[in-house]
Amino acid sequence: MRLSNRVAALFASPGAAVLKPRSLFVGLGLLCLLATWLSLALGSVSLPLLDTVRAALRLSGLPVSADGLEQAELILGQIRLPRTLLGLTVGGVLALSGVAMQGLFRNPLADPGLVGVSSGAALGAAFAIVGGSALGGVPQAFSPYVLSLCAFLGGLGVTALVYRLGRRNGQAHVATMLLAGIALTALSGSAVGLFTYLADDATLRTLAFWNLGSLNGASYARLWPLLLVSTGVALWSPRRAQALNALLLGESEAAHLGVDVERLKRELVFCTALGVGAAVAAAGLIGFVGLVVPHLVRLLAGPDHRVLLPASVLAGASLLLFADLVARLVLAPAELPIGIVTAFIGAPFFLYLLLRGRA
Amino acid sequence: MLRAQNLQVQRGKHTVLTDIDLRLNPGEVLGVLGPNGAGKSSLLAGLCGDLRPTQGQVWLDDRPLAQWEGPERARRLAVLPQSSTLDFAFRVEEVVGLGRLPHQTGRVRDGQVVAAALQAADASHLHGRSYLALSGGERQRVHLARVLAQLWPGEAGQVLLLDEPTSMLDPLHQHTLLQAVRGFADRGAAVLVILHDLNLAARYCDRLLLLASGQSVAMGTPQEVLRPDSLKAVFGLEVLVQPHPERGHPLIIAR
Repeated sequence: MRLSNRVAALFASPGAAVLKPRSLFVGLGLLCLLATWLSLALGSVSLPLLDTVRAALRLSGLPVSADGLEQAELILGQIRLPRTLLGLTVGGVLALSGVAMQGLFRNPLADPGLVGVSSGAALGAAFAIVGGSALGGVPQAFSPYVLSLCAFLGGLGVTALVYRLGRRNGQAHVATMLLAGIALTALSGSAVGLFTYLADDATLRTLAFWNLGSLNGASYARLWPLLLVSTGVALWSPRRAQALNALLLGESEAAHLGVDVERLKRELVFCTALGVGAAVAAAGLIGFVGLVVPHLVRLLAGPDHRVLLPASVLAGASLLLFADLVARLVLAPAELPIGIVTAFIGAPFFLYLLLRGRA
Repeated sequence: MLRAQNLQVQRGKHTVLTDIDLRLNPGEVLGVLGPNGAGKSSLLAGLCGDLRPTQGQVWLDDRPLAQWEGPERARRLAVLPQSSTLDFAFRVEEVVGLGRLPHQTGRVRDGQVVAAALQAADASHLHGRSYLALSGGERQRVHLARVLAQLWPGEAGQVLLLDEPTSMLDPLHQHTLLQAVRGFADRGAAVLVILHDLNLAARYCDRLLLLASGQSVAMGTPQEVLRPDSLKAVFGLEVLVQPHPERGHPLIIAR
């Protein structure tokens, strides 16, 4: 961990937080509202901004007159609302898992993918896509569910294996887990490669698109399981905020402060596997959100998890919606996979943080 | 009160500590001395449960240490490690405030304790600074304030274990820090402190434990332990021992 700590130091801003928690939450709340509004209004068919608000209010059951809102209501209810909710949830839970992993590895550079959940989910999805088509195709009605379920279980399975491999004498060794995660990510990657090799052209395209992530084709059926899991994870996280703060001091220091460290590590890994697994199952692989968002929030508000956890959820949700807007609008009426957009924005931003630290 | 009986500790397959019996009494500062690799840090790790003893047992009051619940134990026993690897830009008072984690005393009371502990560690002026912008010695004082805040104000029944708390401090702060520790013990806490400076140990400790190759060589008052023959045997160092002209405790001078 010596080298990685030195790398981490490059990114660590020695300056303390810039924003008071209250102004941060107000700002992020407004940003999130704005992102939601734009995400509902803009797209291949853009709706007038005011109509969007009225239609959204009507859809949530408020008595607003229906004059000239038929089209808006249809687009909103069937397409934009599930898509926007999916984006908010995926962004929020990816950012939250990023915070959890950076806390677990005590390193601001950790990413939810480190414990193998993303690569496991990719493996599960490849298995479902290629295996399903080889078996003559899963019935159309079930196919999204089979894909999501396989991705979810793949993520959970590989993460469980990483955790298992990291355990020795009843203790989870974080450094061993990190290395096991790298090994299993490579292994899953080669298995995905094998499926890719075996796939026919049409399946290959599905696989490639899934690996780049997309909020396209969002439906309430795909949204509910994710919403349920994410709400669970989001409700759990604030209770462990102080324990996460203590964990940043070191595992033994946290234990001397009364934290049940083994239980905390187990919960962090489990919640990340659940949250990221569900997010990937619903929207494919979307990189960089879990890495960059917590980092950005930490620069604004400091490392205290009592602020960092909820603020990262808001920031992650907003940023993913903005990325989705770019994905939708830049080639309209065609769409870019959102994973391309997040990496395109995320990677240069990451480099900027790196160079800024050096100056 | 912390008590260890027949303690043996292993690191990997190496036995690094054998046959240690000791008691930390309320109001007393016990200093642990010994050359590098003598087993000082292993003793501390064994006493606080970081390393599970392969033989023997550690008791806090009349209950084996391993049977204490986390927060309950944390209100009684605090540990300051040799160095810390905090890599995040907490503000100083946030780091010290982590010491209040096992307590449920509310924000106002915690704030008062944090201020008092910072004062005791002579680090009040660091309030508001980012931890990452501090020097090694300043960080060490902040962590001392953190463990003091964990047990604040200090009373009989509490135990404080310190691993080389003065290693990065300038001469003045070596003394102010040990005075703060001394004051903590005077309010009733039992303190164990690992030190390298024999004269600091002679001045601030009630009893000393001299370790070599994982075994106890001598235990007793500074006058009993700090003798030229035992220091020669343990450190291989020729010394003169004379009474301090003003305070009377032993003064060790290398020949």
